[in-house]
Parts: sequence; structure tokens; C-alpha cells
Amino acid sequence: MSVNGQSAPGPKESTTPATPGAVTAAASPSAGSPAAGAAEPTGRTAPRLRRAVIVGGNRIPFARTGGAYTKSSNQDMLTAALDGLIARFGLQDERIGEVAAGAVLKHSRDFNLTREAVLGSALSAETPAYDLQQACATGLETVLGLANKIKLGQIDSAIAGGVDSASDAPIAVSEGLREVLLDLNRAKTLPQRLQVLSRLRPKDLAPDAPNTGEPRTGLSMGEHQALTTAQWKITREAQDELAFNSHRNLAAAYDAGFFDDLLTPYRGLTRDSNLRADTSLEKLATLKPVFGKNLGSAATMTAGNSTPLTDGASTVLLAAEDWADAHDLPKLATVVDGEAAAVDFVHGKDGLLMAPAFAVPRLLARNGLTLDDIDFFEIHEAFAGTVLSTLAAWEDEEFGRTRLGLDGAFGSIDRSRLNVNGSSLAAGHPFAATGGRIVASLAKMLHARGHVDGRPARGLISICAAGGQGVVAILEAL
Amino acid sequence: MTDKYTQFVSQGPGRDIARKLGLPQPVVLRRHQPGQPLVSGPVLVQGGGSGADALASTLLSWDLDVRRHAVPKEKLGAIILVLDELGRPEDLEKPVLTAATSLRDLAANARVITVSRAAADAENPATADPAAAAARQGVDGLLRSLAKELRAGATANGILLSGGAGTTSPSTLGALRFFLSGRSAFVDGQFLTVGSAEGQLPADAEKPLAGKVAVVTGAARGIGAAIARTLYRDGATLVVVDIPAAGDHLAAVANEVHGTALQLDISREDAGQRIIDHAVERHGGLDIVIHNAGITRDKLLANMDQGRWNSVIAVNIAAQLRINEALLASEHFRSSPRIVSVASTSGIAGNRGQTNYAASKGGVMGMVRATAPLIGSYGGSINAVAPGFIETEMTAKIPFATREIARRLNSLQQGGQPGDVAEAIAFLASDAAGGISGEVLRVCGQNLVGA
Repeated sequence: MSVNGQSAPGPKESTTPATPGAVTAAASPSAGSPAAGAAEPTGRTAPRLRRAVIVGGNRIPFARTGGAYTKSSNQDMLTAALDGLIARFGLQDERIGEVAAGAVLKHSRDFNLTREAVLGSALSAETPAYDLQQACATGLETVLGLANKIKLGQIDSAIAGGVDSASDAPIAVSEGLREVLLDLNRAKTLPQRLQVLSRLRPKDLAPDAPNTGEPRTGLSMGEHQALTTAQWKITREAQDELAFNSHRNLAAAYDAGFFDDLLTPYRGLTRDSNLRADTSLEKLATLKPVFGKNLGSAATMTAGNSTPLTDGASTVLLAAEDWADAHDLPKLATVVDGEAAAVDFVHGKDGLLMAPAFAVPRLLARNGLTLDDIDFFEIHEAFAGTVLSTLAAWEDEEFGRTRLGLDGAFGSIDRSRLNVNGSSLAAGHPFAATGGRIVASLAKMLHARGHVDGRPARGLISICAAGGQGVVAILEAL
Repeated sequence: MTDKYTQFVSQGPGRDIARKLGLPQPVVLRRHQPGQPLVSGPVLVQGGGSGADALASTLLSWDLDVRRHAVPKEKLGAIILVLDELGRPEDLEKPVLTAATSLRDLAANARVITVSRAAADAENPATADPAAAAARQGVDGLLRSLAKELRAGATANGILLSGGAGTTSPSTLGALRFFLSGRSAFVDGQFLTVGSAEGQLPADAEKPLAGKVAVVTGAARGIGAAIARTLYRDGATLVVVDIPAAGDHLAAVANEVHGTALQLDISREDAGQRIIDHAVERHGGLDIVIHNAGITRDKLLANMDQGRWNSVIAVNIAAQLRINEALLASEHFRSSPRIVSVASTSGIAGNRGQTNYAASKGGVMGMVRATAPLIGSYGGSINAVAPGFIETEMTAKIPFATREIARRLNSLQQGGQPGDVAEAIAFLASDAAGGISGEVLRVCGQNLVGA
């Protein structure tokens, strides 16, 4: 319900009283949400909403594709991430309310990936699970969906997660071969079978490997972003600086032991293998551009300021407060609200990865907040250009007026609050696993910060996704 | 799992070949399994005093098959030699030589246990006149020699009474149960001093640690993982600790023992507080801490560098000292707290190439003795266990010939299992051992080197 694709910011209709915004307003008087004034419903019983808290998380280190996890399947990695979470929080034989996870690159045999991972884990075999898929937003969407179930009282505990392997990616047979094989299965006699086989052509034998290209444009994600990066005139220097900060911040977080209770080693890796603690702006400046080389203007996107293909898995333990208390578990933060958006990139109206630029203003407006009310920004670094284009759009008066329907620019953020413990440029980005990585890390940061100006510390998550989509969320410290 | 040689000579033609060639003939040791009887066969209690009588009736109440006089040709599970009333060396003759006639009737994996008074009783030195002290110290030499004479997995160990402990004090009985049982399989030729009448036998002998919250450091693998499994079997709630880099193995252990994994470098300044906070917040308290984490950085002293020396000292002893400081200062570690540290026979006998390691492990023993009175003021205890040659991933890396010699150089002619160390630790962590503190118990099969 929080991710309901609302089309405009502003107060909601009063017929849907049980918005997360209303709950927030009731819980903290300072949050003057426009939805707070929603009237009590008449004629039906409103669901009693309660808070969904983040207990903690666990992920395995992310590995560059073709590296440490080359031989690991999605199910292996998700099971490992689950088992580390179970060990951290003593959940052995526990029947969790529900587990939801997903993968973007998925074998057809993994139709029940999450349930199979649960069965292979130390959880009770009576724990139900479902798969979810929303491209790179998969991980965050599992958190929002399960948090909503907790808020509604449908479940008391949940594990959200995601996994992806670009190393162990599914390879499909070509359409031609697939049709022949299916027809062959239906053929009853030998002549019929021979007739079907005779349709086979050599080109049909070439496998159909997955790629990150958009089906409707044929452009890869990088080429799409290159268009957006150029449109918003994002410089090479700015992108390299963002990438440099990501590596520096992530390395510092590891050195400070920040990930000691967020990560469990796997297959010999104890840190994300993409992390270059010793990188420098000079080194990044030497890399050759890889995307946008045919755009006329100078290409700015390199392997250094773009996220590489990565393998990995992450999980987040969510709970109702009383369940966490009964199990003597920590409560780091609450899942306040979330919002999904999509843009029409097919006709070039907006850039492929620009949906969060719309989702965030809507989400903040619904919760009566501005960018100034956010203490930590976690903007997923699909490409440095994605983050910088989003920020540029928010700072642009024209964009604010014409595209967001505001009086002027949406606003700018305090850069010292952005991705303070590093993000995907350094850690890597196993598509569906990124949401869980960010949610668990942000929850820990918020809990450590505690209160700011008498109110709970607040964090914003923004994740762009293929298909012109984006999912964003607000977390608050406990 | 026993080593292949032991399997080979334990049965069939292998046994005959080994016997004819005079090769070592280790046997598969009796190790504790839940539900197993304490001892297999009748228990002969030798000794005529009131202490022996009281002990014999207690053993009867445990439903053991107790004999006060040997029945000729009857296979015995154990001989308990009660020598608590020795006044002069001559007093040894009658009970010892009477017991001697039964030695050939000992069953495989039988036990001989002496119960005598400590020669030097710190609390009451005046009571020990030279003749009594001579007799008491005589038991030490007698027992250690006898242990080397026993065959077929049989062991001999002694209980020393001091500080007001008697033959039926809780920890005397606790130690007796430990020595009789398969839990002490690889403990041989050793003494445990019961220093007080403190301690309490468990309500359920199979779950002596029920209701206790225990922390085990270095629990990701090897001896640490075995300790976690044994404490879990004995009823404890586990917090398993290891460095973050060992987190995957640690998680597997945590899930196996239904505990929680705490990825923590114990040499961090705040490690003690982090351990206390975790145990209290997640499990409501902290009763037992097992200092098992340790590293080796072997080098001859002439080639020793600062890094090797310092890292071993930092992890193996400095970290334990700092954590103990935090524990003793914490109001959450006040209810019969128990600390057990893993020392090493290297720290007792020395080992070439291990000056740093032996210094750290010697340090552990010094720390344990000095900490005993401090933790005793809270009704707690602290002890150490010194393993000898234990079959672990670490010792599997020793070159074959060296390893084969090292593993046979003890009275049981085989290496111990990680579980053997764990059993000794589980006993010392239990309330049944509450009257035992400041002790170092060797789990080495009576290794020929060292004390």
C-alpha cells in the first residue's frame, strides 16, 4: 500500500486512512504529515497498524563476477546469507512469519528460489517464503512488502532479501531451438519427429545469454545512463569524485569494524572484492570511457564510475516490536514508508534511471518532509552519473516546476550525508541484493545516531531499476 | 574418530602383529555418550577410614555396583583408593598393595582414582607435619607411575583435598564423576585439587549446564567448536565468538548449537564489554566464559620478530586479562561465575620454536592462579585446561613422522580429540566443580614431556 504508484505529491484521499504517514504522525508529533489529518473511517474497521522494525541484517561480501563466487548458485548464496543471519540472531528452528527474496538473473529451475533457500537453512522448515522480482529494486521491495504485512498484523516476523549471480547466469536456448524442442515433445511418430527436426538451422544452436539491455530500446543500461549523464551535463570529474568517495567511505567503514555485525564471510572473501581501498582520483582519471562514446560530446562514464557486474546476497530481519522484544532482539530502525515510481524512458521523456527523482518528492511530501529533514541519504550508485543526475534534477528549477509540479527546484542535499559508508560503486551491485545491503547498513547507522534535534534520526533510500522504475523508502532510528 | 593406526591395532590381525612386534597398542577410548552409564563394571572402594565409608555409601546412592572388597576374577570398572587419613609413608602399604592385587582385573578403559589430602594445604599449613606431608606427596609419585603402567585405555587420576574439602564434598564427588566417566578419556596421571566445600552437583547429570549462558571464544573451528558443542550438549545457551574473518565457520557452529554468533576480535579494547552486552541483551545474563581463542606464530627465538611476538601475546594472554577485568567489574557476572582458559602443555614443558606461544600460555596459568581469589569473592571459579597433542586441523599440518611420534608419546599412545579438551572444560565450567579454582588440568594422555 505504501508502494501504490501515486501520481502526485500532496495529501491523500481521506478514504484511505491507514497510511504510514498517519502512523508516523501519531507516533511523533513533529512529523506534520499532510496525511495526518485523515478522518477515521466509517462503516468498516480500519486495520490496526503497528510499527515494523529492522532488527538487523546479514550479507555475504559482494564478489566481482567471475571471482570468488563463480561456482556459487543463487540458492547457495541466499542460503549462506540466511544462515549467517540465523546465527547472528539465534533463529535456529524458528518459524519466521514469511521470507521474501528474489533474483534478477534467475534460472527457470529456481521458480521457488527463496523457499528452497529456507529449506536449506537452519530456519524451521515450516517457514513460508515467496519470490519477488522488480529488477534492481527487488531487495528494497521485499523489505517494504514484508514491513507492510507486519504493520497490518498479518505476520510478526519476516526476512527480506535478495541475491544475484552474474557469474552463474542462466543461459537459454534460442527461440528457434526452443520451438523445435517443444514441438518435438508433442510429435507422436518418427516421421513427425524427423519433420520437426528438419526445421532446425545452425543459428538456432547459438545460446541466448542474458544481458542488461532494455527490451524496448535495445540500449544497455550504461548507454541509457550515458544519455542522461550528458543531458544533465554531469562532468567526468564529478563522477570520479563520487566513485572515489564511495571506495574511501566503504574502506573506512570496514576498517572501523562497521560490517562486523552486518556481514558473514563466504568462500574465502571477507570484504567486497570490488573495493579498491587504495584508489585515487588520479587513477580513476586514467580510465577510458566505456559508455556514451557515440554521443558527440566527450564520453565521461568509465569502468571506475560505473558499477561492475557482481555476485552476492543480502538479508534483513524485520519484526513487530513485541516479537523483537520477546526474542530479546535489537530494534535498530522502523520502516516508515515507501514509494515506487516509473518514467517513460521509451519515448525519451525521462532517463531510464530517473524514476527516483519523482518517487522521492512524492514520498517526502506524503510524510510532510523535505530534503533538510533527512540525516542519511542512501542513493544507490548504479552509475555515479545516476546519483549526480538525480541530484541535478532536484536542484533544477525547470525540472521542479514542469516535471514535479512544484514552485521551483525540489532542493539540494548536504553531500556530507550521502552514502557515508560507501555504496554500490565500491561494494558492487548484485542487483537484487543491493536493497538488503542498504537497508541493514542504514538501520545500523540510524540506530547509532539516535536522535537529531529531538526527533529520531531519519534516512532516505533511493534505488533505480531497469524498466524505468525506482523504489524509495524512509527509515527512522529507534 | 581415532587415528588409522589405532583402528588397525585394535582388532583382528593388526592386534596380533602389533603384539608380536612389541609396537604400541593404543585402544579406542571410552568417551562419554549421553545416556551411557558412568562406569562400565563394579567399582571397588579401597580404604578403611570414615571418609572411605562415606564415599562408598554415596556411590551406592548413585546406583553404582560398589565393592568394599575385591571379588577374585571379577572385572572391575574402577578402583577408588581413599587415602585421606595418611599420617606417615608407611601408611601407604596396606591400601596400595591391597589395591594392587586387583589391577589385573581391571576392564578395558577402567579407572583408578586416588582421593588423598594435598601435601601443602595453604589454608592450614600447621596440620601437615613432615611425615604426613611425605605420605601425601608420595601419592603423587605413586599415581603418576601407576598411570604409566595401566593398559587398554585405563587411566589413573587423583583428587587432592584441601581447605576443608572432604571425601563427599560436592566438588570431590564432581571430580570423581568426571574421572570415572568417559568425559575424562584423555586425562591421565593428573590431579585435581578440591580447595573448598563449595560447588553443587547438578539436578540432571546429563544437563549439568542447564540454564547457564556460556561464551566460547575462538569457536569457529577445532577445539573451540568442540567446546561449544559439548557445552550445548550439557544444556548451556551458547554465545560463540570469533574474528569477523572466520564468520562463516562461526555461523555454522552457532546454528549447530542453537546459539548466537558474535563476530569480534577479542584483542579489541572493548571486547569484554561487547561480550557482556551481547550475552545480557540477547540471553539475559552471563555465567560462563571460555577463553579458547589463541594463535601460534612459531619461530626460533633467534629469528623472532616483533610482529610474531606481540600478536601472540596480545591474543593469547593480554586479551584474556582485559576481558577478565571487564567481567570481574560487571554486575552481570556475579552469580557463581565460571571462567575456564585454554592453556597448553607447551606452557608447562616448553616447545622448540614456541617461545612466544609458551610465554603466553604460561601467562594464562599465572593469570588463572592469581584470579582465583578475586573471582572467589563472588562465589566463582577460574581454571585452565592444558591440552597436549590433540587431533585438529592445526596438528594435521605437522609433518607425518613428527606427528606420529608426537601423538604416541603419551601413556595412551594416541592423540586426543578436541572433544576431550571440551569435556574437561565443560566439567570445570559446571557448578559441580565450584570447589575447584586456580587449577590447571592437563588433557594430554599423560604426555611424556612436562610435569
